[in-house]
Amino acid sequence: MTALPTRRDEAWRYSDLAALGEVWPQAVAAERGVTIAAGETGRLDELLSGNGWLNDRVVVSVGAGASLTGFIDQGRDADTVTTQLYDITLEAGAQAHIVIINHGGCFGRIALDVALKDGADFDLGGIIIGGDAQNLEIITTVRHLGPGATSRQVVRCVVGGRAVGSYLGKVAVARAGQKTDAAQSFKALLLARGATANAKPELEIFADDVKCAHGATVGELDKNALFYLESRGVPPVQAQALLTRAFLSDALAGIADDAAREAAEARVTALLEAAS
Amino acid sequence: MLVIDNLQAAIDGPNGPVEILKGLSLTVNAGEVHAIMGPNGAGKSTLSYVLAGRAGYEVTGGSVTFMGNDLLAMAPHERAAAGVFLGLQYPVEIPGVSNLMFLRTALNAQRTLRGEKEASGAEFMKLVKAAAADLGLPYDMLKRSVNQGFSGGEKKRNEMVQMAVLEPKLAVLDETDSGLDIDALRVVSDGINRMRSPERATLLITHYQRLLDYVVPDFVHVLVAGRIVRTGGPELAHVLEADGYAAIAA
Repeated sequence: MTALPTRRDEAWRYSDLAALGEVWPQAVAAERGVTIAAGETGRLDELLSGNGWLNDRVVVSVGAGASLTGFIDQGRDADTVTTQLYDITLEAGAQAHIVIINHGGCFGRIALDVALKDGADFDLGGIIIGGDAQNLEIITTVRHLGPGATSRQVVRCVVGGRAVGSYLGKVAVARAGQKTDAAQSFKALLLARGATANAKPELEIFADDVKCAHGATVGELDKNALFYLESRGVPPVQAQALLTRAFLSDALAGIADDAAREAAEARVTALLEAAS
Repeated sequence: MLVIDNLQAAIDGPNGPVEILKGLSLTVNAGEVHAIMGPNGAGKSTLSYVLAGRAGYEVTGGSVTFMGNDLLAMAPHERAAAGVFLGLQYPVEIPGVSNLMFLRTALNAQRTLRGEKEASGAEFMKLVKAAAADLGLPYDMLKRSVNQGFSGGEKKRNEMVQMAVLEPKLAVLDETDSGLDIDALRVVSDGINRMRSPERATLLITHYQRLLDYVVPDFVHVLVAGRIVRTGGPELAHVLEADGYAAIAA
């Protein structure tokens, strides 16, 4: 970022610009790089913690046929501002599966810009857990540059208090991106009257033989399900946590490794318990 | 065990509260099975929801005492832990929560609230497997999300599995017979009969006399327009079947 964004910037329309303005421009983006050579497998583990403004640009390059597993856990201190950008390029036949859990700080923004070459595959499971006056967002731009690439984004958001949870997901299919298969799903659960969820799906397609699906819903906990649990003896707080965890688990269903999925589920459970 | 005295209750309607129960009195002793029959709109389901403590049902008068305690002062989960079980007319589907997780959470929450030790994994599995086998519900179905993809009959069997595992003192079964074919009706009735004991009581809420051929009640009550208008033995159900509710209510 070279200038402080404004509401007119589509990609920042729901952001906490007041919080960003307070830290601007004291911290400069640090740039880091991660490279996974062709045919190799690698990990990207981002356990974001601490205080202050975090504004890294992380350039991730996944070589042809290589495979990346990523885990981004934004659990920074209260009152912190986080504006992370991950610039990811998947070469031909490469694949990446990334899980984001965005829950810390007063303004937490995780943006992914993903370029897919021929036959590359990108899978994102995103979770936002917000309370109080937090503003948390996940932004994805998935560029299908070559033919036959596939992408899925499953983002689930649960916000209470006066929190704002947003998902801005753009899929851009270039002229060469024939046979693209892209799917995007965003669902948000509002736990309090003052909470807000924003969904901004965006498709930009220049190829003529593509499949692009997207869906977004915003709702509340199912009162019938809550009563059902309570009528069986489950206290309201525990019933709400159980239903919320079930709602979020869609975003973790894509993790192939059982142990990793269970670890992520345990992490989400702990965060929900801490929030309640 | 259960003493309902002059109970009056209203539900939230679009134009304010609508009075449904208008002075209902009923005493259920341990060991007894009571059937409550009545036409559509008489207040049968309202009674079951008021007993279970569902939000949106406002008690405007009267009292309900369960095992010597004021039932209406308890939260829904406390009523369950005290021993009240509501078998729902329309069991709810809960995506993402398995039946096993649901039931184990419920059992242990109840035990914790009662100050008892939680069930171990092995103890719980034994209870569930036995209940599922008794009610003819394949155990593998219990690994799936709560009631999701279950047929009407399977949902009702699942309610009975839950009841068998939770071992309530008072079972309030709201139209447990609706949506069941004859074979399922027999299986579910057997499940209810198995729970009959000198320490337990059952309140069967039903439209039809059919269920009462399998689960023979000690008392039959006729509920019309929010009040019990007649009480008798099992034979009353046959009278109703022959003459209809209108003749009784007149």
